[in-house]
Amino acid sequence: MKNDQIIIQEDVLQVERREKIIDEMERTKWKRYWAQVKKDWALYLMLIPVIMFFFLVRYLPISGILVAFKNYDNALAIGDQDFYGFFALKNLMFSDQTRTVEFWRAFRNTFSISMYGLIFGFPIPIILALFFSEIKNELYRSITQILSYLPNFISMVVITSIVSLMLAGGNQSGTVAPGVITQLLINLGVVEQGVNIRIEPEYFRSIYIISDIWQGAGYGSIVYFAAIMGINPVSYEAARIDGANKLAQVRYVTLPGMAPTLTIMLILRIGSVLSVGFEKVLLLYDVQNYSTSDVLSTYVIRLGSLMSGGGASGGGSQISVSFAGAADLFNSLIAMMLVLGANFVSRRVSETSLF
Amino acid sequence: MNRLDKTELIFKVLAYTVATLFAIAALYPFIYTFSSAISGRQAVESGSVVLFPVDVQWDAFNDIIRGQYAKGFWIAYSNTIFYTLYGTLFSMLISVFAGYALSKDRLIFRRQINFLIVFTMWFSAGMIPTYLNYKRLGVDGRWGIIFAFGAQAFNIVLLRNYFSGISKEIEEAAIIDGANEFQVLWKIYIPMSKAAMATVTLFYALNRWNGYFWNRILVPDVDHPLQVFLRIYLDTTVNDPDQSLFNYNYSTQSMLYAMIVMSIIPIIIIYPYLQRYFAQGVNVGGVKE
Repeated sequence: MKNDQIIIQEDVLQVERREKIIDEMERTKWKRYWAQVKKDWALYLMLIPVIMFFFLVRYLPISGILVAFKNYDNALAIGDQDFYGFFALKNLMFSDQTRTVEFWRAFRNTFSISMYGLIFGFPIPIILALFFSEIKNELYRSITQILSYLPNFISMVVITSIVSLMLAGGNQSGTVAPGVITQLLINLGVVEQGVNIRIEPEYFRSIYIISDIWQGAGYGSIVYFAAIMGINPVSYEAARIDGANKLAQVRYVTLPGMAPTLTIMLILRIGSVLSVGFEKVLLLYDVQNYSTSDVLSTYVIRLGSLMSGGGASGGGSQISVSFAGAADLFNSLIAMMLVLGANFVSRRVSETSLF
Repeated sequence: MNRLDKTELIFKVLAYTVATLFAIAALYPFIYTFSSAISGRQAVESGSVVLFPVDVQWDAFNDIIRGQYAKGFWIAYSNTIFYTLYGTLFSMLISVFAGYALSKDRLIFRRQINFLIVFTMWFSAGMIPTYLNYKRLGVDGRWGIIFAFGAQAFNIVLLRNYFSGISKEIEEAAIIDGANEFQVLWKIYIPMSKAAMATVTLFYALNRWNGYFWNRILVPDVDHPLQVFLRIYLDTTVNDPDQSLFNYNYSTQSMLYAMIVMSIIPIIIIYPYLQRYFAQGVNVGGVKE
């Protein structure tokens, strides 16, 4: 009994002492930080440029989101402009003007290009990686792999130029023949003579997605290839002894082995469903196929007259900059929600997440 | 042959076929581009160039290298070299410093700063605010562009992860010998992370070399890099379906193809030697904080 009391007393003393120390530490926190900073000043000096850069280029623009709620006038600073509230957003989304039709068209196109891109573009790098891993001749495998990565490093301007020229429809008088791929499709009977598939609305998605796969699938396979190579060969051996054929081995050894990589890549893909590579659409689309090709980002660029030197860049119709800002904001918000949502679901389901 | 061997064989045949076809498909457009650049006008316009050049001529190359189109072309080319050279240098400077500082556990607010950088990978203010911000900052010329596309979160994270994997013992020894932070970075960390340095340098350089949209809308014509020059030329070609621009022995298409070849030659030349680094970035992964 007595012993217990002594122990309790000692405990109280210890708690008090600990609290005192914590208090003291809290009080001298900034002093200690400062001493640390003084000692490691060089490290902090090294961080100044990067912090300044990210502040100026990535965080400062966030205040510009307000443009969506203002009557944009480029003579004034963002903070001084007339407040319009949700006028632009409302007008854009629910009005009877062409703007509304075009906005929802752009939204639908963004979504469908991304979804088709996901459905067709996601599995192909995985299949490619499977096949690469099956090639046991190392030299041959490296050569095919290295060649397949190459298009990924070529600029979008060059890729789209080549695509445009290869898909060209030729001219009316027949003095200029159609591009080499159009020619091939005509010979195969897929398209009729004289159809210009480069600008026909019904072909845009296929062109976009196929050229995306052509450009990116090789490079995209690297990460899966690494995952496959990381699987212990003993697992295959065991499966084979159990009588699994090649398909069963893929199904029961390879795919489960690369599951974490698959999940992460799938979240990344779903998270970026709305951020269609706008540069590519911008370079590839044509007035004549806006009905399937115009996506939110390109719509924002046109509405804000970014390319033509009007609107946001001075002069031109200024209220449309506010509309562009509103469409832009809509795009950013949904994209952000998709990233967070995909991340959340994956954390729940598989304990793999980005952040 | 039992059933087990059969699926294996089919799979193997399929693997070789698909890999080979994919590699050929990846290469073909570039071969076609080169062949078309050096084929005669008649051959290109009638569509008889499929793989190899027909009626070889070198006038398209000649005209852009030292003929009447050379001036605009070389201005754009030197702009691109300028952006790539100084831009990569600038990007590497801030990224290496940032990656090094953030790889130190003793850094106060390390997690917070990390978050601020990683956050930019997932959220962007949008195109209009970004544009208005660049305008307000006065990004309207060559140095502005160098600054505006300074650093990318992914590359900083990549360097940070690599730096944190380097053993601390050598560093501690160097500090006892009186080395300062900059000497440690320069003499120990950078030489020990050649692979990561090469990868990140390459990524930055490629981004600069290939950049198009912002270069086009932010800087005046004289400062346009090659990609913008190429695109403007393509617009004139495409808008002229009869391709009647000149009466030469090569077609307008060949001109464009020749420019494309000139613009990708540096990449094609370094690619075989550096492909290891090109392929490395994706595997470093581990972006997670």
